[in-house]
Amino acid sequence: MYLDNSATTKVSDEVLEEMLPYLKDEFGNPSTLYSIGRESKKALEEARQRVANAINAKKDEIFFTSGGSESDNLAIKGIAFKLQKKGKHIITSDIEHPAVKETLHFLESLDFKVTYLPVYENGIIKIEDLKEAITPETILITIMHGNNEIGTLQPIEEIGKIAHENGIVFHTDAVQTFGKVEIDVEKQNIDLLSVSSHKINGPKGVGAIYIKKGIRLIPLIHGGGQEKGIRSGTENVAGIVGFGKAAELACSQLDEHAQKLSKITNELTEKVLDTIPESYLNGDRIQRLPNVVNFRFTAIEGESLILLLDSKGYQASTGSACSSNTLEASPVLTALGLDPVNVHGSLRISLAPESDEFDVDEFVNILSEAVKRLREMSPLWNQELDYDGVMCKKHDDCRRC
Amino acid sequence: MDYSEKVMDHFANPRNCKKMENPDGVGTVGNPTCGDLMTIYIKVDGDVISDISFQTFGCGAAIATSSMITEIAIGKTLDEALKISRNDVAEELDGLPPIKMHCSNLAADGLQAAIENYYETHQS
Ligand SMILES: Cc1ncc(COP(=O)(O)O)c(C=O)c1O
Ligand code: FES
Repeated sequence: MYLDNSATTKVSDEVLEEMLPYLKDEFGNPSTLYSIGRESKKALEEARQRVANAINAKKDEIFFTSGGSESDNLAIKGIAFKLQKKGKHIITSDIEHPAVKETLHFLESLDFKVTYLPVYENGIIKIEDLKEAITPETILITIMHGNNEIGTLQPIEEIGKIAHENGIVFHTDAVQTFGKVEIDVEKQNIDLLSVSSHKINGPKGVGAIYIKKGIRLIPLIHGGGQEKGIRSGTENVAGIVGFGKAAELACSQLDEHAQKLSKITNELTEKVLDTIPESYLNGDRIQRLPNVVNFRFTAIEGESLILLLDSKGYQASTGSACSSNTLEASPVLTALGLDPVNVHGSLRISLAPESDEFDVDEFVNILSEAVKRLREMSPLWNQELDYDGVMCKKHDDCRRC
Repeated sequence: MDYSEKVMDHFANPRNCKKMENPDGVGTVGNPTCGDLMTIYIKVDGDVISDISFQTFGCGAAIATSSMITEIAIGKTLDEALKISRNDVAEELDGLPPIKMHCSNLAADGLQAAIENYYETHQS
């Protein structure tokens, strides 16, 4: 059973159905004038309307991109380069996705200054910290809506309000929340918002950025002037059509899905915390995505837990797909202020609307067995081992040291 | 992670994985803050490792390399065992992903630490 829907999702049959014609006979270039091109253009505009509807935006405020990472890059670099004469200070949080964090690191190399707001134990920023961080130089606040590892939701409506009171542009990465938690760009005071198709049963490699009317930014990709010059390049028509359909489907059943998934994740949380000793929920118990939970278990390491669960037919992850190749302790969990020894035993379960048949009891039994087994192997479990003096010998080819 | 079948076998069915009562030598290496910690226990008969076991907190590769080194070391003399290198461990496991090579370091270090501990506590 696939339990890693925060990493990516399966394209739904309805989405695939709508895409197929645009991979076959309807291959026209939307920028051309003859009928087959016009067909593609029409499909593109219909998809744009569907994405706009999903977040209460206007159609001409939606621009298609290659996905969440590009939208984040475009929003942040686009505003930074546009407004750098006004100021070079940007505010963000400590737990952003690498698409935001690394973009900001790049800007720091160009002499921009970035303030990283702490998130505290529950994974949420404090509004007072935000207010204090604002300077006359601040041009952009970029704080994610829902976190991809722990699912925690940030108070974006309030953040947007404060940004606007101070004449600052507000961007939010809504890749994880789009189609799962209600988004209203008007009500939530959002200027720029990133979304991605493959997290909501749409195809990979397509996404969008919402740019509020009146906000100007410098494009990343220059060229033939597609997407009103914001994003040149012949459009990924089939992908965009699929994205539009996926957005429509997700948003038309948002409440229903959210209720159903919250019920499962709440039940899962209760049972895990009840049955497995020294198990904890990472992040906030209430302010979180309905479909994501992240646990940690003392004295075991996440990768071995993932491998054991996989051997029992459950595909889950330790957190983000990105970090599984770096061996680094999760920066998100570290930002929660956890003892470094405890950030290694994490497990993220992320569901999708089709996760109906997920049997919580059966899963908790298997999980509980796996944790027990790894603990029996672990020198850290139930032993008064004094490991303070024990350190690795540094090895040249160790990528951790 | 791209693990060989042998790594997966040693991970799923670790050999000699238990805490040893009254060992002649114990070595603990690694660092739980960076995600792996390994304890190797040995019993020594004359100068031969007559029994060996391990406990490991760590990734799949860390568990598999500890299991493997116990199989390699058992029945060897202390001198022979001290010569087991990380490459020996990785080779016996049909290779490890490059990013996980440090785990075989850890196993070799752990065995050495256990043998050193034996010498320290059994000097006559
Ligand atoms: C919060 C967040 N932002 C950005 C991205 C990147 O999106 P994409 O994979 O479409 O580039 C992801 C997912 O990978 C994400 O979870
Ligand atoms: S962190 Fe263990 S050898 Fe470097």
